[in-house]
Amino acid sequence: MAAPTMDRPTSAAPAAVQTLTIAKALNNGLRASMEANPKVIVMGEDVGKLGGVFRITDGLQKDFGEQRVLDTPLAESGIIGTAVGLAIRGYRPVCEIQFDGFIFPGFDQIVSQVAKLHFRTQGRLKVPMVIRVPFGGGIGAVEHHSESPESYFAHTAGLKVVSCSNPADAYWMIQQAIDCDDPVLFFEPKRRYYEKGEVDTTAAPGPLFSSRTLRTGSDVTLVTYGPMVRTSLDAAAAAEEEGRSLEVIDLRTLSPLDLAPVFESVRRTGRLVVVTEAPSESSISSEIAAKVQQECFYSLQAPVLRVTGFDTPYPPSKLEEEFLPDLDRVLHAVDRSLAW
Amino acid sequence: MSSPEEWTHPGPDAAPATAAKPTAEQVIAGLRATDEGGADLVQLLTPEGERVQHPDFDIDITAEELRGLYRDMVLVRRVDREANALQRKGELGIWVPLLGQEAAQIGAGRALRPEDMAFPSYREHGIAWTRGVKPTDLLGIFRGTDNGTWDPVEHRFHPYTIVIGNQVLNATGYAMGQKFDGKVGDADGEATICFFGDGATSQGDVHEGFVWAAVYDAPLVFFCQNNQWAISEPTERQSRLPLYQRARGYGFPGIRVDGNDVLATLAVTRWALEECRQGNGPILIEAFTYRMDAHTTSDDPSRYRLSDELELWKLKDPIERVKVHLVKQQWADQEFFDSIEAEADRIAVELRDYCVNLPDPPAGRIFSEVYAEGNPVLEAQRDEFLAYHAGFAGGEH
Repeated sequence: MAAPTMDRPTSAAPAAVQTLTIAKALNNGLRASMEANPKVIVMGEDVGKLGGVFRITDGLQKDFGEQRVLDTPLAESGIIGTAVGLAIRGYRPVCEIQFDGFIFPGFDQIVSQVAKLHFRTQGRLKVPMVIRVPFGGGIGAVEHHSESPESYFAHTAGLKVVSCSNPADAYWMIQQAIDCDDPVLFFEPKRRYYEKGEVDTTAAPGPLFSSRTLRTGSDVTLVTYGPMVRTSLDAAAAAEEEGRSLEVIDLRTLSPLDLAPVFESVRRTGRLVVVTEAPSESSISSEIAAKVQQECFYSLQAPVLRVTGFDTPYPPSKLEEEFLPDLDRVLHAVDRSLAW
Repeated sequence: MSSPEEWTHPGPDAAPATAAKPTAEQVIAGLRATDEGGADLVQLLTPEGERVQHPDFDIDITAEELRGLYRDMVLVRRVDREANALQRKGELGIWVPLLGQEAAQIGAGRALRPEDMAFPSYREHGIAWTRGVKPTDLLGIFRGTDNGTWDPVEHRFHPYTIVIGNQVLNATGYAMGQKFDGKVGDADGEATICFFGDGATSQGDVHEGFVWAAVYDAPLVFFCQNNQWAISEPTERQSRLPLYQRARGYGFPGIRVDGNDVLATLAVTRWALEECRQGNGPILIEAFTYRMDAHTTSDDPSRYRLSDELELWKLKDPIERVKVHLVKQQWADQEFFDSIEAEADRIAVELRDYCVNLPDPPAGRIFSEVYAEGNPVLEAQRDEFLAYHAGFAGGEH
């Protein structure tokens, strides 16, 4: 896999290191890609004049025009299906799905066309498009606005699936996803949109399809991604006060999985807890558990444990704090692992 | 000609469709329109081979051009019949016959320019022919050796799309791209044509394609071959209204053409593509035709339709009427017809030879070109499988 080239102009970034929210970092990243490549277009519901319901595309239509930032009719299959045609024509569409639970009208186009055209044509057609999905709960929303559908897409051959967890990754990963010749599902942790962090706009922190160890530790390994990265880091900090050393790995890429750092870590700690908002059955967390037991069988001191959303529909928002994994549930799993 | 109202008016027998529930007369009028084509059907060559005039559409056709259209239709019918026979002999897993739809496809296909783009469903063997795709290149899909081997960029002919209606949105996006590229607005402009059937008109993707193409003024001809049957379901199971009249609701013209009349189909499609090049797209064409054979070789039409219907449509055969006209005009003699038959025989032999000698793909094909930039997880799976597979080849198992 060739490393994406990241020779971006820095006109949108006056200072080399800025403190940005994830939302603003995504906006700046989109802007940088649009400046670098006139074939990059943004399309979706309310992404133009309004700047998107989360303002991720704020100001882009004003600066790049209505032909590069398309306020589309309200139909997700239409957004994805026309983006396929535009991609074949030579464009690099970045589609916004307004909320996670609204991606399903576009599921057919994603699975049947986006994912398979390259294989079907033996590489004669590429579909270089990005589908941005604000995902996950914790924002007190009504039904269909808090889901974590990433496993459906990681299960589908032909797609690549990533999730950012911090502003620096948001800024760089969106550009790297746009540069990728494969279709990329880009999951954004919507409840973390307004968390701030430092972004170095001069250099990408690493290739897109790589996981990253955010905190080293020796007792238990936590593997997570997206909105649960913050939760897991908080849990590790709390555990440290109790004298427990947790390693935290941000997967960043869900398909393909980059599990080499996870295997390396588990061989040292002997214990793994996987933390996701998504329900557990037949999921990314299942896949990690299966791969780790296969690769680290003799290193494991305890079974792989999972802290996840429950195998239920996402509940009414007054119950979401019960549904969502939090610091206490993560630490409870750490305790169980250590006590095994 | 440019006003949508002119092209979407209801037939003379139709009562105003204002009531929430249609009257019995409206239903009967709709069914009659579906059975007979209705008063709005554009026809230039009758089933008896008589040239007739149409106030809005006409075409200057030379003897040579008409002989060419005849040749196209005879050859694609022969390809179709030969492939059907290959399936019966077990050489193909399945075949999707185009029998009866030769005029609709050759008329539409020959209206295209090389720089135009075409998006087929999976029955468009005649369109493939007009795009320069070799008939042998269609076989792998149905033999199970590949998913289509032609280059969609070189031929400007998209891969066959099997999920009903998906390609309509893909075509719409492509046509939007033609417009964004500044290739629309004069006689040298580009256009896209998208093929789908009467059954597909019930799909959400087709509705969304109509919406998108309309609001973005896409240079797109929606070409619906209404062959009356979606496997076992007649068109009235898809629509209360004649399909071409749907265009009005989306704000663009809809025209019903005799899909068994190659001249009318050519004339209407040429006009529609020209409108699109000029920036007046999109346009819906409903080619009123008939699926003379089964949906696929796995289907049994005797379970759901009367043979009387087939016999009736045989009298409207798309090829026979051109042959009659060529003879009447003394534009072709027996030597010409014999030469086309001989050419068809040669193509049939080539098709058979190619088909039975088509090798099975190597096992590694399963893993090839799933991704443009690779995937290390998949590559590990491939390597493990190929090592396992090689064990058999070495006689160890």
